[in-house]
Amino acid sequence: MKLLRILVALFAAFIAVSPAPTLAGDGGRTATPVIAIANPGHCVAPVEEMRRNHMEMLKHQRDRSLRQGIRGEPTSLNACIECHASKKTGSVLGSNDNFCQSCHAYVAVKLDCFECHQPKAGFKAAGVKP
Amino acid sequence: MSDQGTKLNPRRSFIATAGAGVAGLGFTVIAPGLHLMAVAGDANAANAATDARKAGTAASPTVRWGLLIDANKCAPGCTKCIDACHTENGVSEKLSDPRQNSQWIRKIELVDRRNGRVTQLPMMCQHCANPPCVDVCPTGASMKRADGIVLVDRHTCIGCRYCMMACPYKARSFVHTPLHDQNPEVPRGQGCVESCTLCVHRVDKGQQPACVESCPNGAMTFGDLLDPASAIAQRIASVPTTQVRADLRLDQGVRYQGI
Repeated sequence: MKLLRILVALFAAFIAVSPAPTLAGDGGRTATPVIAIANPGHCVAPVEEMRRNHMEMLKHQRDRSLRQGIRGEPTSLNACIECHASKKTGSVLGSNDNFCQSCHAYVAVKLDCFECHQPKAGFKAAGVKP
Repeated sequence: MSDQGTKLNPRRSFIATAGAGVAGLGFTVIAPGLHLMAVAGDANAANAATDARKAGTAASPTVRWGLLIDANKCAPGCTKCIDACHTENGVSEKLSDPRQNSQWIRKIELVDRRNGRVTQLPMMCQHCANPPCVDVCPTGASMKRADGIVLVDRHTCIGCRYCMMACPYKARSFVHTPLHDQNPEVPRGQGCVESCTLCVHRVDKGQQPACVESCPNGAMTFGDLLDPASAIAQRIASVPTTQVRADLRLDQGVRYQGI
């Protein structure tokens, strides 16, 4: 019985001195997405809402813009790109350090917007002669 | 009316004076009840920019955007409207098979074999009031906006190309390759059908479509067909204009003069 008490006490002491477990996202050995925002604090909604709902916001806005012709809404993909494009490459895509690609590569969610939309800020298209 | 004409012919000066009273209405009184419409002059000056729609408001069915193309003023060999369209809309791909290149607007040369008369016919989406492309679209991607502009919603387009077959004007193109150089305001990409949007992104800002703005001869007039005071409505009311294949009763928004 005495031996058991000693064992319990030793176990309790071991628990007390062992370090707290590392949470994912605290850095260290766990990979995290790079979220570099050059101009923080100017977004159309708080960070928590944007992280969870940006796809819904863009989806509803796209339908209103295209089908009803409503322009100048606060949520717009072009406005996202103008603010979030990397200062180095001018794009939200292209490397895992760039805003959109960073998180989407991390969570392995396919990013379809830029099959059609222009990912570079301030891009001016040049056509060709027929 | 030129100053020289006024000096030489007192009758003309009378007409000019009579016209001055109703100058704001854009016609000259020849005799009571008989009016000479102001047709000549700088047509692009008549193309004053339309009002930009206020942010947050939807396209209105009280407006119907249309285009009037004067084939007599369209110069042979000139491709300014096509160049401007391609630049504005970022159409930059050159495929090995040129038949697969996107064609938002093209020029057709009509030759009357009996007398050799050649007519230039710029052809693009005719923005029908009853568009067959919208009728046949299985996903609802092909759509007509409230103000009459026929568009493809690429978010729902599956690229079946049914609309390309339905269109009597061959106005639509299919994008065959991945694209990278899109204009931010004109998203377009592989696997979707596309056509002239009447430069919807410019029209919503109160600007003219790129082709209209670029025409050196002022052969194109853009405006609201439902507004009797607009330059396009006044021209349609005063000169004979036609819709191509009017027998199909699609009520096209693009009309032609001189074909």
